[in-house]
Amino acid sequence: MSSHPDVKRTALYEEHVKAGGKLVPFAGFELPVQYEGIAAEHHRVRTAVGLFDVSHMGEIVFRGPRAAEVVTRLTTNNVTNVKPGRAVYTPVCRADAGIVDDMIFYKKSDTEWFVCVNASNKDKDYAWFVEQTHGDCEVIDLSDKYSQIAVQGPKAPELLARIFGDDVLAMKPFWFVMKQYRGQEILFATTGYTGEAGGELYIPNAVAAELWRELMEKGADLGVGPIGLGARDSLRMEMKYCLYGNDIDDTTSPLEAGLQWTVKFDKGDFNGRDVMLKQNAEGLKRHLVPFVIEGKGVPRHGYKVFAGADEIGVVTSGTMSPSMKVPIGIAYVKPPFNAVGSRFEVDLMGIRRAAAVVVDAPILKKDR
Amino acid sequence: MSIPKEYRFTDSHEWVKVEEDNIVSIGLTDYAQDHMGDIVSVETPRVGDEIEKGEPIGMIDSQKASSEVFAPISGVVVENNDLLEEDPGVINTDPYEEGWLVRVEVGDMEQLDELMTAEDYEEYLGRLEEE
Repeated sequence: MSSHPDVKRTALYEEHVKAGGKLVPFAGFELPVQYEGIAAEHHRVRTAVGLFDVSHMGEIVFRGPRAAEVVTRLTTNNVTNVKPGRAVYTPVCRADAGIVDDMIFYKKSDTEWFVCVNASNKDKDYAWFVEQTHGDCEVIDLSDKYSQIAVQGPKAPELLARIFGDDVLAMKPFWFVMKQYRGQEILFATTGYTGEAGGELYIPNAVAAELWRELMEKGADLGVGPIGLGARDSLRMEMKYCLYGNDIDDTTSPLEAGLQWTVKFDKGDFNGRDVMLKQNAEGLKRHLVPFVIEGKGVPRHGYKVFAGADEIGVVTSGTMSPSMKVPIGIAYVKPPFNAVGSRFEVDLMGIRRAAAVVVDAPILKKDR
Repeated sequence: MSIPKEYRFTDSHEWVKVEEDNIVSIGLTDYAQDHMGDIVSVETPRVGDEIEKGEPIGMIDSQKASSEVFAPISGVVVENNDLLEEDPGVINTDPYEEGWLVRVEVGDMEQLDELMTAEDYEEYLGRLEEE
């Protein structure tokens, strides 16, 4: 593929080229979609450990004596009333409850939050944050300074402990600590987007490639390998984790997306609260549900969903599950078809309709 | 990338091979399978189905994308490739032989003259790669 003039490279670009990564433009960056193959990389993360270059993600800091008020207003989840060293996943909504973006807030202190946002939304998010902050605290875009490596899989904690010490093994999911690496401060978090153990490491660009190489070397006996965007997508789909732009966007509310657990109505006022209270009182008109296809046919974003002759929804994500070896997907459907066990049909671009059944999230069960 | 000399091709990357008299096999080219990556599921018309040139007749799903298959010629399906049910990945490993999609009985064999020759197709791929 020819290089695009506006496409940026991450600090790990050379590592991807050396590893034979197939690079594609994604969210303004040249990133690997796959190395050895999506299914093989997917299995590596489910059974061993994989490394993801997610340096395209944005990093924004809120800081100041009034930062807590600001981030409470902006988010739907409770990001303030937690201890420093805790991470919280939250949507950020507009007044009409449409989702501006979904992100992770890392609480560093009562006056500072480090936030990881989606790459494709970074500029939109930053503009929204500045507008909504009204100068009440600092909002700093650090995206160009940070690389991010996700280390995910059942062997990830062991690999991370080899480099960062055994104390990281005692960390529960969605905790974080600041660590020193080659004289630089990095944010070490036990967050992720795969459903596996491990972490996400926010690293100054200067030491990112060194850390990547060290992870590859020290994880060789654990079966470590690099993972592309293709497997990142199939891994998150098996967990029914939302992807902004596919499953959620400016026109969907967190309640419709099944993110009720991230909406804390009793925390005080926040953007979208009134509209979501109204949505709850009136009943939701659509629900984002995970489903599996019975038989053949892979669902994809945009495919229509039918119950008999009635169009009742639309697929937002779909793939062949590499773990379960059946086609799976996520769709917005009208009630009552959101109930677990409900059946509907997915139209495969007019070729045929495939039978589908609604399942619980995650689609891939832990006791697999 | 090898292109069998005796096959005919479409600009949507299907191939046609004359098996005997008016029976042809239809498949997906090496170029197409390479671009799609690991193929995980295949939908094809069944024996007895009539297909019409240029119309979508099936779907190829790879791990990363789905792509329609268009009929390169008109006719009636006379055989399905059972191998694809067990292992659709055979399209990746052997697109021009074992990975055929359907066999079709063709009424008017002159239709094949409208398709690209191997030489035409190779030139066509060259132009695509330049873009």
